[in-house]
Amino acid sequence: MSELLSPEILMSIMVAAMGGATVILFAALGELVTERAGIWNMGVEGTMLVGCLVAYLVMAGTGSPILASIAAIGAGMVAGLIIGFMTVTLRVDHFVTGLGFNLLASGLTLFWFRSYVGGGKPPSYSTIDTVPIPGLADIPILGQILFNQHLLTYIALLSVPVIAVFLRRTTFGLETRAAGENPQFLEAKGLSVATRQYAALLFGSALTGLGGAFLMLAFADQFRPDISGGRGWLAIVAVIAGNWKPLRTMAAVLIFAILDSLAVHAQGVGVDVPYQFFLMLPYVASIGLLILIRSRSGQPAKLGVPYLRH
Amino acid sequence: MTSPTLEVTALCKSFGSVRANHDVTFSVDAGELLCLFGENGAGKSTLSACLTGLYRPDSGEIALEGTPLRLSSAADAIRHGIGLVHQHFVLVPDFTVLENIVVGSETGLFVDFASAEARLRQICESYGIDIDPNARVEDLSVGEQQWAELLKALYFDAKLLILDEPTATLDVEGSKKLFRIIDKLKADGVAIILITHFLEEVMQADRVAVLRQGAVVGIKKTAETSPEELTRMMVGRDLKRQTRQSTPMGTARLALESVTVEGLGERPDLDDISFCVHEGEIFGIAGVAGNGQRPLMEVIAGVRKPKSGIISLDDTVISSKGVHAIKSMGLGHIPEDRFAEGLVRDFSIEENLILGEHRGTFAKGGLLDFRKMAQNAKRLIAEFSIAAPSGETLVGNLSGGNAQRVILAREMQLASKVLLANQPTRGLDVGVIDYIHQCLFNKKAEGVAVVIASSELEDLIALCDRIGVLFQGRLMGIVDARKTNLEEIGLLMAGHALETAV
Ligand SMILES: Nc1ncnc2c1ncn2[C@@H]1O[C@H](COP(=O)(O)OP(=O)(O)OP(=O)(O)O)[C@@H](O)[C@H]1O
Ligand SMILES: [Mg+2]
Repeated sequence: MSELLSPEILMSIMVAAMGGATVILFAALGELVTERAGIWNMGVEGTMLVGCLVAYLVMAGTGSPILASIAAIGAGMVAGLIIGFMTVTLRVDHFVTGLGFNLLASGLTLFWFRSYVGGGKPPSYSTIDTVPIPGLADIPILGQILFNQHLLTYIALLSVPVIAVFLRRTTFGLETRAAGENPQFLEAKGLSVATRQYAALLFGSALTGLGGAFLMLAFADQFRPDISGGRGWLAIVAVIAGNWKPLRTMAAVLIFAILDSLAVHAQGVGVDVPYQFFLMLPYVASIGLLILIRSRSGQPAKLGVPYLRH
Repeated sequence: MTSPTLEVTALCKSFGSVRANHDVTFSVDAGELLCLFGENGAGKSTLSACLTGLYRPDSGEIALEGTPLRLSSAADAIRHGIGLVHQHFVLVPDFTVLENIVVGSETGLFVDFASAEARLRQICESYGIDIDPNARVEDLSVGEQQWAELLKALYFDAKLLILDEPTATLDVEGSKKLFRIIDKLKADGVAIILITHFLEEVMQADRVAVLRQGAVVGIKKTAETSPEELTRMMVGRDLKRQTRQSTPMGTARLALESVTVEGLGERPDLDDISFCVHEGEIFGIAGVAGNGQRPLMEVIAGVRKPKSGIISLDDTVISSKGVHAIKSMGLGHIPEDRFAEGLVRDFSIEENLILGEHRGTFAKGGLLDFRKMAQNAKRLIAEFSIAAPSGETLVGNLSGGNAQRVILAREMQLASKVLLANQPTRGLDVGVIDYIHQCLFNKKAEGVAVVIASSELEDLIALCDRIGVLFQGRLMGIVDARKTNLEEIGLLMAGHALETAV
């Protein structure tokens, strides 16, 4: 095991972890905003998968990562709209909606991918490059980990304080939180609960779609069925373990990402522990975190409760 | 002549077969205080919901300063300057007072907390309300939450302010303060509709509209009427105050010996309490709110455990038993906060009536016996005259008084030996209060030991055999209700000890 602890490998684990964290962080931040508005969106995994496929198709077709990202955001919003129609307008149980959507996404992306490839070889492309920040990237250790990353990683990290400020300080952020805490309160103030919940879902699912795009563009050169591999679920866990606070949610995401990166490196280095053990780590950690961090003080009071207007 | 601030003509609103408002017509002038007075379920809250866009009336006209209004949402009402203080708080507990207030009135991207706070402080000062804008609502006492709720309506300049039972949760001081605020609002030309069950408050209004079963049965100038006449108009008959019957008292039924319950801070919630209640005795608990009434009820019911001391029921020690075990020995408990502790809003009347017993009498091989539940509900709805379309009505849709009857019905059933009642008449109309008092007397006649805590001292004196007074968790003294008076109890409540023990 000691091979894993050499400075070069540790460094490499951390650098890769930041990339892996980006995927989960986008989804987790999106889910955090959605849940603060009262919608317990269980469709994160499916939304991410759709984002992956759409980004892949656009990337393979146009070769433009920017277009691919934008298309994935759009696909995420469509997913958010569907989930919103079910949970907000029809007031279907949030869990049932999410689970159903995941099944749909899993089947649909597979079908779509197969018919696109049509028996031939799926097209591939080269993954996107990192964008070192001049000056900062040369700082020893930290420079490599934080400032020699992909553009979307910087955006994800910057989103954390932006979302924290949005929720605390902006008018719409306050109203979004009120929708999750006490929808009747919002209604009595003459504000529409549905508008805020739809907005939160659209925003959250857009971020999740973008996370999917990043997974596609930075890590894989072609689509695979169920490529999201449980990252959407980890995002949901991170929000709970983070007690619905942006900064803590990011901390939980980082733990998952580091363990995931460790697993990848363990396979590469060839340690004498079965690699399945390492693969299991992020998921064991997610359960462990939920057991350790039992505080749910930040949970919106009316999270997951369909709201009936008078 | 200018048109009145609000003019309501022939307003009707039904829920299914329930006619909550029927042909309601009245008006309020600028600078006038109009009281809505009526039984529980008479339709007062429904009327205020119609006037603030929360419900849409089935028919009828609402005109504000002479212009007809169509209110299709609360936003419309707010835009027209109609404010409502809800009967049950509509606040976000997780938000600060300021956050609760600014939602809906900010238009920029960022909330301008600084100027909002300045404005709020200025309003607080001009109306004499003492509240910390940055305190979180869940940390406030019920009374303070009432001020927060009121500030929500004062924050935008309302032309018409509707107050739905704001004084139910306020003490005497709070109610006086509210009337000072109302006077100031009147002087500023605001029209005010106040809903209350307290006759003393009703008599301070300019006019009173009496509602019965959804219809206005009369509008009177307070100067030209009397509390008696209003009561008669409201319930449709004369009310005779129930008086205590001298049933012989039996042996000691419920006994507390040196019971101490720990508090959150330094001071214990209950400090060395000893007393006993006899068969067929009604024992009153008086005290300023928050001096130990609630811990006392809870420790007897087994919800909280004493740190030391013994509680026994008919010579069986119960202080070590669980809530369910104690209840099944024949103890009924009517808790203080009906929706938080006594009822599940989203459950039907049938379901609420069997809570706690759902594993016993009403279960059949691990499944609920729906037939039996329905029968039980039917019987109790009739017996306690709960006004509801059916047993399947959700308790959250009942009026405050009828919700209280549901708890009453359930707990009276259980109370074959001891009945605990904490503020059982809060927010109820005089007709229901009369009915509850009757129920308590029936229990007394059956030999049940009744413990009742109430802020209505006059009621306690009329109802009880003996009254114990709590101050800061200590029992200041026990007085004989037949020989005591308000002054004596008042002194004890303020912490002065008693010279002669009873
Ligand atoms: N949403 C609803 N659905 C069905 N019935 C309702 C609903 N709201 C009120 N009601 C019924 O309408 C009637 C009037 O209720 P309302 O709450 O207006 O009474 P109230 O005069 O305010 O009584 P209280 O003094 O107890 O608060 C009651 O019979 C009640 O059960
Ligand atoms: Mg009411």
